[in-house]
Amino acid sequence: MATQHSRSAARTMMAPAVFLLLVWMLVPLILTLWFSVMDYRPLRGTFECCEGLGNYIRFASSSSFQDAIVTTLIMVGGILLITVTGGILLALLLDQPIWGQGIVRILVIAPFFVMPTVAALVWKNMFMNPVNGLLAHLWEFFGAEPISWLTQVPLFSIIIIVSWIWLPFATLILLTAIQSLDSEQMEAAEMDGASPIARFFYIVLPHLSRAITVVILIQTIFLLSIFAEIFVTTGGGFGTRTLTYLVYQRVIESQNVGLGSAGGIFAVILANIVAIFLMRMVGKNLDK
Amino acid sequence: MGRITLDKVQKSFGEVEVIPPLDLTIEDGEFVVFVGPSGCGKSTLLRLIAGLEDVSGGHIRIDGKDATLVPPAKRGLAMVFQSYALYPHMSVRKNIAFPLRMAKMDKAERDRRVQEAADILNLTDYIDRRPGQLSGGQRQRVAIGRAIVREPAAFLFDEPLSNLDAALRVGMRLEISELHKRLETTMVYVTHDQVEAMTMADKIVVLRAGIIEQVGSPLDLYHTPKNLFVAGFIGSPKMNLLDGDLAKPHDATTIGVRPEHITPSPTEGTWTGKIGVSEHLGSDTFFHVHMEGRRDPVTIRAAGEVDMHRGDTIYLTPNAERIHRFGADGLRMP
Repeated sequence: MATQHSRSAARTMMAPAVFLLLVWMLVPLILTLWFSVMDYRPLRGTFECCEGLGNYIRFASSSSFQDAIVTTLIMVGGILLITVTGGILLALLLDQPIWGQGIVRILVIAPFFVMPTVAALVWKNMFMNPVNGLLAHLWEFFGAEPISWLTQVPLFSIIIIVSWIWLPFATLILLTAIQSLDSEQMEAAEMDGASPIARFFYIVLPHLSRAITVVILIQTIFLLSIFAEIFVTTGGGFGTRTLTYLVYQRVIESQNVGLGSAGGIFAVILANIVAIFLMRMVGKNLDK
Repeated sequence: MGRITLDKVQKSFGEVEVIPPLDLTIEDGEFVVFVGPSGCGKSTLLRLIAGLEDVSGGHIRIDGKDATLVPPAKRGLAMVFQSYALYPHMSVRKNIAFPLRMAKMDKAERDRRVQEAADILNLTDYIDRRPGQLSGGQRQRVAIGRAIVREPAAFLFDEPLSNLDAALRVGMRLEISELHKRLETTMVYVTHDQVEAMTMADKIVVLRAGIIEQVGSPLDLYHTPKNLFVAGFIGSPKMNLLDGDLAKPHDATTIGVRPEHITPSPTEGTWTGKIGVSEHLGSDTFFHVHMEGRRDPVTIRAAGEVDMHRGDTIYLTPNAERIHRFGADGLRMP
């Protein structure tokens, strides 16, 4: 029973943590909000008050803003599509009893432990290099003209790199979900005359729906802030400038903190819209 | 039609032989119960018949046709699982219709059959609910419904009542028996509960370590158990098995007397002992009687309420005609 006394004690004990979290979150947010209404260009030494909504209007009306939003959505959507379908297929494969199962599973997780910067560099130099990359050699082996990945299909290349990093995460969550499927259900479906494909669509996939929503939710939150992979590969060129990257360019490259902060607020709004949608989806799925 | 013949069926998991070659015939329309202690291979045997496990040797014939290598869905059998194995994301209606949908049956016929099954099993009121919203007994009925819509050659039940509480189990036992009378389809039922076996079966198959110990009607097994294992397994409470000096006068190594075939008396009888625990059921009273020089107590049944108490000396007289005699090899002596 929570008495009056224990409740106030709990409040006192929790206060430092809550305070810390609030400061942690609120200070940067308020600073960003403040900068976003200022004309703040440190290299020129301007720090002047009261741009009002000027920064917002300038940021939103530039054509790069709309391009960035579209790029962000394509990138996040593409990565989600690849990791979820790939994750389901890999999880189905890893669920089969095979020799050396433990080692195979550890190897599958490995890409997730590679730092994004390193992973992107490895892909850029070892695989996608148009002269010395493994993919170039593969293309040549089949007598085809090697693709210059990062200039010809830059967005797709980044999607592949980030998918490679996130595939293990999706695989792992979906694998545990598949393993929790009651084997008698599969046997019952088999007795009921369902083919392996029908069993997948009628039994396995509905069983996985909850895990898939969780994977999508968690990944989206992280994927909206992809940065390192773009930075070390295309540097935001060739139509790979996401919203996050655009904010970075405005603040660091153009040295316009005010404009960048306004962009940051747009990013916060976009993330929240996505989060609300996803929360609703997850909530509905978890209620079942 | 649903006549199932097992011909030298054998099953091993790796090195371990779970079921040594075994012959058994299940006649059309029969209610056959496989009973035995846990780990005796009864569920494995059922799964072999269903086709969920591959036989390691021998043949399974269904209605005379060799079905050994036929996949489960094509054998024309339906199975009810211990965990019911309902599809949690589908409504009761969709669960029951699932096998028909997989068989690509047209919708009108499908709906008609589902409705029919729901009527038989009293599921009409919750046909649009999901399995998660149903009680154990209702889920059980949905599982049975999913089996009957296919109009199979035979039903296979794998301990279907073990997840239900005692009262519900008695009710479902009756329902399944009635369903059998009504459909007149072959049913193969696996259980470890000998009461279920005795009350429902036309024919009981007692298994131990993959070997058939005895096949017969419930009363056959009750009156003439072939060996000590069947004698001890069938009947509740268990038969008293006595050896040594008590068996000698009957020319046997072991004699078996059921609790209901011993007459207790406070004054005179063949054997004497002291009353230990007594269980009063109202209609009957069971006494555990400790006899001098014996580790295990003898259980006896007295009809109604009896005025005898713990620690009292009691005299027991076995009904001479009801004494089962077993030889040194554990087999019944004539």
